[in-house]
Parts: sequence; C-alpha cells; structure tokens
Amino acid sequence: MPAVSKGDGMRGLAVFISDIRNCKSKEAEIKRINKELANIRSKFKGDKALDGYSKKKYVCKLLFIFLLGHDIDFGHMEAVNLLSSNKYTEKQIGYLFISVLVNSNSELIRLINNAIKNDLSSRNPTFMCLALHCIANVGSREMAEAFAGEIPRILVAGDTMDSVKQSAALCLLRLYRTSPDLVLMGEWTSRVVHLLNDQHMGVVTAAISLITCLSQKNPEEFKTCVSLAVSRLSRIVSSASTDLQDYTYYFVPAPWLSCKLLRLLQCYPPPEDGAVKGRLVECLETILNKAQEPPKSKKVQHSNAKNAILFEAIALIIHYDSEPNLLVRACNQLGQFLQHRETNLRYLALESMCTLASSEFSHEAVKTHIETVINALKTERDVSVRQRAADLLYAMCDRSNAKQIVAEMLSYLETADYSIREEMVLKVAILAEKYAVDYSWYVDTILNLIRIAGDYVSEEVWYRVIQIVINRDDVQGYAAKTVFEALQAPACHENMVKVGGYILGEFGNLIAGDPRSSPLVQFNLLHSKFHLCSVPTRALLLSAYIKFINLFPETKPTIQEVLRCDSQIRNSDVELQQRAVEYLKLSSIASTDVLATVLEEMPPFPERESSILAKLKKKKGPGAVSGNELEEGKREGGELNGAGERPGDSSAIGASNAVRLHIPTHSLNYDIIYPPPPLFQSTPSPSADLLGLRSAAPVSAAPPSAGSLLVDVFSEAGPAAPAAGANDDGFLRFVCKNNGVLFENQLLQIGVKSEYRQNLGRMYLFYGNKTSVQFVNFTTTLKPVDPLVEGGAQVQQVINIECLTVFSDAPLLNIKFRYGGALQNLTLKLPVAINKFFQPTEMSSHDFFQRWKQLSQPQQEAQKIFKANHAMDTEVLKAKLLGLGTALLEKVDPNPDNFVCAGVIQTKAQQVGCLLRLEPNAQAQVHTHFPVRALGLESRPLGVSSVTTLSLCVSVVHHSFICNKCL
Amino acid sequence: MMRFLLLFSRQGKIRLQKWFLPLGEREKKKIIRDMTTMVLARKPRTCNFLHWKDLKIVYKRYASLYFCCGLEEEDNELLALEVLHRYVELLDKYFGNVCELDIIFNFEKAYFILDEFLMGGEVQETSKQSIAKSIEASDMLQETMEEYMSKPAF
Repeated sequence: MPAVSKGDGMRGLAVFISDIRNCKSKEAEIKRINKELANIRSKFKGDKALDGYSKKKYVCKLLFIFLLGHDIDFGHMEAVNLLSSNKYTEKQIGYLFISVLVNSNSELIRLINNAIKNDLSSRNPTFMCLALHCIANVGSREMAEAFAGEIPRILVAGDTMDSVKQSAALCLLRLYRTSPDLVLMGEWTSRVVHLLNDQHMGVVTAAISLITCLSQKNPEEFKTCVSLAVSRLSRIVSSASTDLQDYTYYFVPAPWLSCKLLRLLQCYPPPEDGAVKGRLVECLETILNKAQEPPKSKKVQHSNAKNAILFEAIALIIHYDSEPNLLVRACNQLGQFLQHRETNLRYLALESMCTLASSEFSHEAVKTHIETVINALKTERDVSVRQRAADLLYAMCDRSNAKQIVAEMLSYLETADYSIREEMVLKVAILAEKYAVDYSWYVDTILNLIRIAGDYVSEEVWYRVIQIVINRDDVQGYAAKTVFEALQAPACHENMVKVGGYILGEFGNLIAGDPRSSPLVQFNLLHSKFHLCSVPTRALLLSAYIKFINLFPETKPTIQEVLRCDSQIRNSDVELQQRAVEYLKLSSIASTDVLATVLEEMPPFPERESSILAKLKKKKGPGAVSGNELEEGKREGGELNGAGERPGDSSAIGASNAVRLHIPTHSLNYDIIYPPPPLFQSTPSPSADLLGLRSAAPVSAAPPSAGSLLVDVFSEAGPAAPAAGANDDGFLRFVCKNNGVLFENQLLQIGVKSEYRQNLGRMYLFYGNKTSVQFVNFTTTLKPVDPLVEGGAQVQQVINIECLTVFSDAPLLNIKFRYGGALQNLTLKLPVAINKFFQPTEMSSHDFFQRWKQLSQPQQEAQKIFKANHAMDTEVLKAKLLGLGTALLEKVDPNPDNFVCAGVIQTKAQQVGCLLRLEPNAQAQVHTHFPVRALGLESRPLGVSSVTTLSLCVSVVHHSFICNKCL
Repeated sequence: MMRFLLLFSRQGKIRLQKWFLPLGEREKKKIIRDMTTMVLARKPRTCNFLHWKDLKIVYKRYASLYFCCGLEEEDNELLALEVLHRYVELLDKYFGNVCELDIIFNFEKAYFILDEFLMGGEVQETSKQSIAKSIEASDMLQETMEEYMSKPAF
C-alpha cells in the first residue's frame, strides 16, 4: 500500500483507493464500488450513532466514488451534519462534499445555509473562509438570496481579517456574476474601491477582480478606481527598489496584480486628468522598455510572467487606440514576437495582431508583416498557430493584398487540417467576394475552392457564386466557359456539377458558338456526371436539361430521349420521377413561346448580405442550434433558385421563411401554367363585368408577371406563395413610422395607427369601404369583425402585439370579403418589423466606441453597403434614423458625416443592444454608398438569435433607405 | 475568469476537476472528454494554447499529469500558465516532491489547496508563503495521526 504522505490519513479511505486502483477491469471496479456503497449505506442506516471520524471517512469515500464518475444518491444528510461539527477537518470534508455534489433539494439547502450562517458569524476566520468558499463554489440563487446582503458587510468591516476579506471579495464577485440583481450597490461600494490602496497585496489582488467586474457594469459609480489603479500600477512597475517579497514571482513584481490593474483600466477611456494620464503612459512605456532588457532569469516562468504583463499592456494600448506612438511600438513588439522561438509567443502575437489590424492607426503597420504571417501559415508545425495565422491574414486583408492572401489561403487549403477546412473555405469565399475587382477572378477563386476542398464547400458558398454570376452579366460568359472547362476533369466534385448544371443551364448559350462546346457537347458533359450524383444534384441537372431544350431546340430529341428512359420516368425517387414526367410533358406540349416564358433567364437577385458571412458568424457562435431554420429554409429553396429569394417572390424579404419553403415540391401543375393562371382567387362575376367594374375586380396588387410565374414553376410554394405580402411597398413605408395607409385599391383602404413600448405594441387597423356597395362576409385572420361593411363605412380593429423573440418575417394578415358577389382575398404583411421594439439608448462618444470596439467579432457585427436611391439630405437621414426607434447620438462620431445610433431591441426572451453606424460616402451626390454597421451587445456570448437580429436590423435599415415613401 | 480546471493523466484518467460555474453532469463529461482527447492528441513542443468553442484552453504537462484550464475571451493565457505552475508549486510544497499518487490518495487535500489559491475562477492569493501558512494552520487543527490510525479500516 502506498504510504499516506501527510495530513490526516484516513486509513480506510487509502485502502479503498488502492483497492480500486488494483482492479483489473471496469467490472471489478464497479463490483468493488457497489460493495463499498452497500457498506456505507448500512453504516449510515445502522442503529449505532457514527462518530465524526467515521462519518467523515464515509463521506470522503462517497466523494471519491462520485469523482470517479459514478452516481451518488445518498450521504448528503451526513455531509450536512459534518458542517456543524466543531472539528475543522470534519467540517472541511462536509463543505467539500456539498461543494462538489450540490443538490437542489430545498430542504437540504436550508440546512446548509443554516450551517453557513453559523460559520459566518463564528468570528473564526478559518471557519468563515470555509463558509465563503462553499457559497462561492455552489453559488446558487438560493445562496445569493441568503447571503448577498451579509457578504459586503464582512468585506468592508474594519475588523475583518485579511484572508477573510480576500475570500469575501471573490465570493461576492461570484454571486454578482450569477445574480447581479441580488447584490445591491450601497455605501460599501466606495469602500471597496479603496481596497485598491490596501497594504496587503493579497487583498488587493482579490478585490480588484471584484472591482473590475463591478466597473464593467457600473462604470460611473466606480470611476474613481482609475486614478487609484494607475498609482498602484506605477508603484509596482516603476519603482525598482520596493521589495514585494513573496509577491515577486520569478523576479517579476506582482504579475497577477499588474495584469489585473491593466485589465481594470481597460474598462475605462484614457484618464482625462493629465497627471494621471502621464503617469500611466510612463508605466506603459516602462513595460515596453522592459521587454527589450535582458531577462533576469532563464526560467520560462520569468519570461511568461513578464510577457503576460506586456500583452496586457498592449491590450490596453489597443483599447485606448489614441496614442499612435504607443500603438506603433506595440505593433513592433508583436512583430518581434512573430519570429520568436517560443511557439506560445508566436501564437499570442498573431492573436493580438488580429485586434491591432482593425484599428485605423495600426492597420497599415500590421500589413507590413504579411510575409512573416504567410510564412507562419506555411511552416508552423502547430495547427493552432497556423489557424491564428489564417485568422490574422483574414483580418489584415484589404483590396491591396486580397489577391495575394486569397492565393496563399487557397494553396494552404490543399494541405490544411480537416478541422479548420470549412472555416477556411468560408473565409476565402468571403474575401474573394468582398475584394473582387474583376469578377472573373472571383469565379476562378470559387471554382478553385470547389476543386480543392469541394467537401467543405457548403451550400451557401455555391449559392452565392450563382447569385453573383446571375446578377453580373459581364461575367456570365466567362463563368460558363470556366465551369465548362472545370467539368472536363475526369473526377470533379459534386458541387462543381451543381454549379456547372446551373450555369450552363442559364448561360450555356454564351459559349455554344464554339464547336468544342456546342450544345450537345455541353449536354453530354453534364449528363456524363449524372449517374454519379446524389438525388438533389440529379434533380438540378434535370432542370438544367429542360432549360437546354429552351436554349437549344436542337437538343430536344436527345434530352427527351433521356427524360423518357425508364430510369428517369420510373425512378423510385418521387422528386426525380416527377421532374422527368413533368419536364417531358412540358417540352412536348408547350409552344416555343410558352417554353421561353416559363424558362426565361433568372432575374437578378436582390442585393443583400452575403449568406456566407451569415454562415461564418453562425459557425463562430457558441450555439449553432437555433439557426437551423434559416439554413434549412435555404437548402430547400435554394436548389433551383439560389437562396430562395426571388424578386417575384415578394414574401421572402430578409431571412427566408422556413415553414413556407418546407412545402414539398410540386414543381409543375399544368392547370396553373398553361393557360396562365389567375394568381389570386378573385373570381369576377359576369355581372360585375357588365357594370364596367372589371378593372376594379382583381384585388391582387402584383400582376402576374413572368417573374412570378417562374417562381410558381420553380420555387416550391405553389399557388399560395405569391399571395403573401401584396403590400411590400406599403410595408416599407412603415419601417420608420407608425401611422399611415397600409394598403389601398379601388375597393378598400386600410389605415394603420400603432404604438410600441418595450416589447409590446398596439395596432389600430381601419378598414374603409371606398365603394357605395356593402362588403359581405368580411373576415380577417386576426380577430372577428363585423361581417358587414357598409359602402363608405369604416370598421376598426385593435390588436395587441407582443414580441416574444427575434423574428424575421412580418406576420401576415389575410382579408376576405365578397364584393358584388365576387370573393376578394387579400394577404398583407402587417407593418411590424423588428425595429419597432427598439428602445433608444443615449451614450457618450467614449462609451459608444468602447462598446463598438468590444463587439468586433464576426458574430457581433453585420454590415451592408448599398447605393442610395435618392440624394442625401442630412435632415431626411436624421428623421429616418429617429424613425427607426434608436437614439440618434449627436456629436459622437468624430467624422461629422457619419451617423451613429444606439438602441436595445426588447423581446420577451432577451434584449439585444444594437449599435448602428451609418457612413454616407458623400464623394459624389449621384453615386452614394451607405455602409451600415450594426452591432449587438448584451447577451454575451451572443447567441444565434442575436446574429439574426443584426442581419435583420441591417436589412430593415437598408429597406428604409431604398424606399422613398418612408417619410 | 477561469471556467474550469482539470487534472488528468496521460491515459486520460481524471484526477481533479474544478468547475467555477455550475454545469450539468452531462456537460461536464462532455468537456472532460473533449479536453482529454484534444490535449492528449497534441504533439510535443506545440504551443500550450487552444481554442475550443468560445473558450481559450491553456494546458501544460507536468510529468505524468496534464493541467488544463478553460479561460474566457479576455483572460491572459500566459498568466494562466503561471497559475497552473503556481498550483504545482503549492502541491509540491505541501506534499514534498509531489507525484500523481499523492493527488490520487489525498485528492481532498488537492482540492483544499486549490481553494486557498483560486476562488470563483479568480486568483485569491498568489503568495506561496501565505497559502502554505493557511494550509498548515488547518492541518494543526486536526487530531493527531495516532488517533486516526487506531481507528478501524472499515
């Protein structure tokens, strides 16, 4: 048996542990444990009262068993009994058990709290510390309720021992982190700040963690800590003489305290007081100077501690972002580290530089290290360092170096570790799009991406290349040619086949002149891949074939042959079979004109945020679960029509509507297609015609254009879809205001008045009958109303709105009534967008930019650049931004042309703070660009719903600016 | 703040686990599984830092034991390495040439020493002397060794 080295040596426990260690198999271990559990149970249940020692020993055994990974369902009571023992070790084991195996059993919590209360008031510092540790370890709400009032008193009481103060400070911090509402600020807070001056270094070290956290939440109340922190820091850093005794760690004076002081200062802007600021700058310079001095010890602990302070100082310099001199020195220092032989330092330098790259002052300085970083990407042996190098390349990329960086990243992809390939692919795709000067480069890059890492190219990436090719006619011919060449490879990735099928189906005609890529050659090339592909790809190829029939009538017999063969027309897969049957039928009965209309070239996609960016954000976010909706919606809708958003499909603004797109495909319905169908079920009666009211009869807003017909054919939704949101125009008008006319035609006018407070709203809808004839059977989907609306009369409806969580699609309102015997059916979007639940937030320039900078991760940011449709008028812009519901912050942005706003979106589930910055590019009044950045704060780590909110905000802002009727 | 601290052997056997925020048992098991597989798969002479979800992972191997902790975004990695080192020093000072077996057989002591050093994921006391003093003080409070040894083993 191994010797018990020290301490109270519970012999029975040691025997048990060595028994377990001697077990040859898992089964033997479980057997031994069960034997022990039975033994303990019988002891606990036995008639003989156990002495404290035995109780302690058994509780300790139970704890050991639990820590081995087995369930423990008894012994809690015995542990609680130990708490009230007056023997220290028994009490200690009791507390350890409770800390590790806390049980939500409320009866027990009451007993535990009682014991803690006794120990807290015992005035025995050892017992008090044990009790405080237990509170911190469990940290439940019940405990916070019981002790959040008591602990601040212990912390600031004059007669409290130093060790107890330390525990009390961190215990309070723990409670404040989980239940901030229960820790009430009060007279004690000012005394806590003065703990920064405490003589005992341990007390300062512990207290500063608490002060930092409190300052983050209540900066105003704690701002006196800045000057105290600076003088404390300066005393540690500058004075070489003071001996900090045991707080000197490997020749570095108080590294923990120094780092924490620098961290605390990062909660605040640069000190306004000149003397304080001078002192601080001096400290920072000293720290930077010390980095150049020869080390006082060869031990890694020495350099780690020293560099820990250095990195923290650099973080503060980056945070201030105001001292160009220090920023350049910081950047140079990091540049040195990039080539350091210590892998850890190279890693941290790359990471730190990522933040420097986003500062305007240092972006250029960071760029000078590009060769080193590229070299790191190529030669580092450690994958996590390579990943940081890739991150930094992504961060330092701009128009000037995009081609180089993208090329390097692409070549790295060929050998990149599997774990980071998907992220790399997304980054390359984003950079390629963001900095594309000519789109042929973009197309080449993406096709290369598919060639090199096809398995990691997500749907979003290839949807996006198609969206872009469709929207830019200057690149279409090139894309067709390139993809045709790429498909020549004997083995090409299925994603390449998808892109090829789509692009050749749309633009194959652009290269058909060349005999080497004649229509039949194109078709044969595509069809040679057909049998190796999955069902969705085959379905896409079938659609490409029918487009070929339209583009190249000479291919019709060949393609019909293919469609007609048993493997297509009797395919066991319903989708494939249906497409084969329908396309075959369509190609044989439709006239050329109809075919041309049905299969017309895809209309351009609305410009919007890249779906890839959204994907990257989602990937980075901690919980990628709730985002599935969005993604699935795209998958369903995207296969034939890109990302599911079509100009004709007016309902899909913003994120796609997952539910609607989930309706299974019924791609063709002849009754609908041929002859062209009534899209809205208005059936004008013959008599109405005779009365000359024909023009008034169809209530539909959009005439069935070729575009929306296409949607009917190739998008999924069938006849129901286009009905959604016939009032896009009216809807947009309400983005920035609450009252107005939502819809109007010859028959009906719908007015809206609405008001919002936090996450609640009330909306008054006024339905006015503009005719002299009554509407009968008047119903809406919202609430019952009077079914009779007299001619010229108005009915009113009041609805209450509650925003439960972040949403993308406006609720729909369906109205039905009969007018002169004809059924009128109308679906409108209710003018409720996410911005209605904004609460304006005022903040100072400093606060704004501090938060803005903190929110620099991709999942916390969304932006959009768009062209202004109208001349920019400052007053109009202001009015629009105010109408959005945010607070318009005046004199906050150093650039007077920019607008910044702040607000909190209130939903029942959460609150999402948003910072918004509108940067009008006023170079030319004619071509005006509006980059809008919105950032979310609060719920950290940011969930996916916040990310969605951001994209939504941006899209709402965007819409409000492209719509001239908003005001 | 530090979110968790794990000590595990080269075989992936967990020797100490400290969670500074409450987590469900399943979540803990998942983290332990992820950490052991990730860290044990690292090649020698690679850096001591990793990214895992939204946490920074800092680990270091001491003889047969891996010390591994999860940090939040704003925490300092190098300093965390020295937190691990200081903990090793404290164990060493207490046990005298500490080895894995000491931690196995006196796991409760390892927890107590950690509690003196860290609390709620923050450093409470960095002085080796102060910590050693309070551990010694608590050892003084207990009954004598002989008294224990005379008790039955079961």
